[in-house]
Amino acid sequence: MRSSLAAWLFVAPALLAIAVFFVVPVAAALLMSTTDFDIYALADLRNVRFVGLGNYLHLLQRPLFWRALLNTMFFVVVGVPLSIGTSLAAALLLNSPLARLKGFYRTALFAPVVTTLVAVAVVWRFLLHTRYGLLNYGLSSLGLTPVDWLGDPRWAMPAIVLLSVWKNFGYNMIILLAGLQAIPGEMYEAARLDGAGPGALFRHITLPALAPMLLMVSILTMAGHFQLFAEPYVMTQGGPAERTVTVLYFMYEEGFKWWSLGSASSVAFVLFLFMFGFTLLQLRVSRGTGTA
Amino acid sequence: MRLPLASAGINVALALVAALTLFPLAWMVSASFMTAGEASSFPPPMLPAAATLANYRLLFAEHGIVRQALNSLLISLLATGLALAFNLSAGYAFAKLRFAGRERIFRLLLGALVIPAQVTMMPLFLMLKQMGLVNSTAGALVPWLASVFGIYLVRQYAQSIPDELLEAARMDGAGEWTLFVRVVLPVLKPIIVTLAVLTFLGSWNDFMWPLIVLTEHDVQTLPVALAVLSREHVQDVELMMAGAVITVLPVLLLFLALQRYYLQGLLVGSVKG
Repeated sequence: MRSSLAAWLFVAPALLAIAVFFVVPVAAALLMSTTDFDIYALADLRNVRFVGLGNYLHLLQRPLFWRALLNTMFFVVVGVPLSIGTSLAAALLLNSPLARLKGFYRTALFAPVVTTLVAVAVVWRFLLHTRYGLLNYGLSSLGLTPVDWLGDPRWAMPAIVLLSVWKNFGYNMIILLAGLQAIPGEMYEAARLDGAGPGALFRHITLPALAPMLLMVSILTMAGHFQLFAEPYVMTQGGPAERTVTVLYFMYEEGFKWWSLGSASSVAFVLFLFMFGFTLLQLRVSRGTGTA
Repeated sequence: MRLPLASAGINVALALVAALTLFPLAWMVSASFMTAGEASSFPPPMLPAAATLANYRLLFAEHGIVRQALNSLLISLLATGLALAFNLSAGYAFAKLRFAGRERIFRLLLGALVIPAQVTMMPLFLMLKQMGLVNSTAGALVPWLASVFGIYLVRQYAQSIPDELLEAARMDGAGEWTLFVRVVLPVLKPIIVTLAVLTFLGSWNDFMWPLIVLTEHDVQTLPVALAVLSREHVQDVELMMAGAVITVLPVLLLFLALQRYYLQGLLVGSVKG
């Protein structure tokens, strides 16, 4: 009995903090999403009215919300595979027995992960500059046409994908590298004796061994990509032509620029539903193909 | 005979990827020492013609960046201290102490990870507004008190503590608190460093919540101040780069010094059961 009480005292502070600053706010957000909480309610709580699913239905009628969903989906669908592909390629290079200076390269490739997103977004905004940016300078010296990265509606989101891949690939690279190192060398030896080439080794040994890890990595990476906010805030402010307004950017403006906190809460829950749905979908698909 | 060629290929590829990866950071440092307007010339210069500290001086003298650097430092240090205090005891209890509903509560906590933190931002803002904590350090710290991830991290590590070690201390008459401080914490040292580094870097780099809750210039953290500055001073490339260097450098150095602990946390944390 005494030890049970002590145990409760050990967990109570953390559980209390999580209850007050997470569980209660989540419940309150759900409640708020069914009200017309706006700037008048901010001044006087008596101005709040219950609107049921009104906020959600209203969202469906707003072109900018659909635009934000579409932009976010583009970032997820294009960015996640590109990011994980880069991580896997880098991990394979680092795992090669022929590679030298592994410790140095591992640190160098991981460095962008620990940098401050806002700061590197500011840096990239200038690297992507149409006239003075070094990216276009590099492209034109290769004989390619320069691109108006952040000014052209077609290129703004791909430019943010580029920054995001650069910033994040080191994270999954470290995880996948650990996965690669856990594959026993004898498996490759045996397959090589059977005459398998590098491509076959990768497809029949490396990929199946990494599958559970790839699933986990893609679920976490996807969740991160759904939460795109700082890059458009710093680099494009949602533009050009609203092509970089993301769901969170929309939520931020709705809630903390226009003070429609009720509507912003409903946006947050739609985002949550999307993230949840896509996670389930990934689990379902991977079970279907027998990788997990 | 194919081996030397393959070896060269792989090492050249690695060197190329590393150069591309480090280039934006190197350019940031280089441009921060250029004179105003120098970066906006064609062809774009890689190195300053005559390195100057003018951008840094301007940031310190006119934009009050020292104030914001101190805000960032204070918030990150407090966040780290609080996260350690809350998560170490809870993580240990979930691993090693018995109480009713332990497994069920832990599973609930893990389940809560699917809810993105942004859902809580609107009510949390209202809550802090009622308490008069908007534009205060306390307001910025609220999300960093206890975290499911932190508890999970400590629990995973604490599970490897042998029960005999704890029992022996109990036989000697140690109370649960003494046991925790004298026996458990020393064993947990590596994961304490890991959790501390992760929390410090996480709170230093955090953007969306500080942007919402810290609206006044004097209480803002470096990332928020930099974002505001960069929206106002679009043309001042060199000044922005100096601001970016000041923001990034502390966390980059901290990472380089404690890399081993950081990467360990990343690996433990990502193998979610």
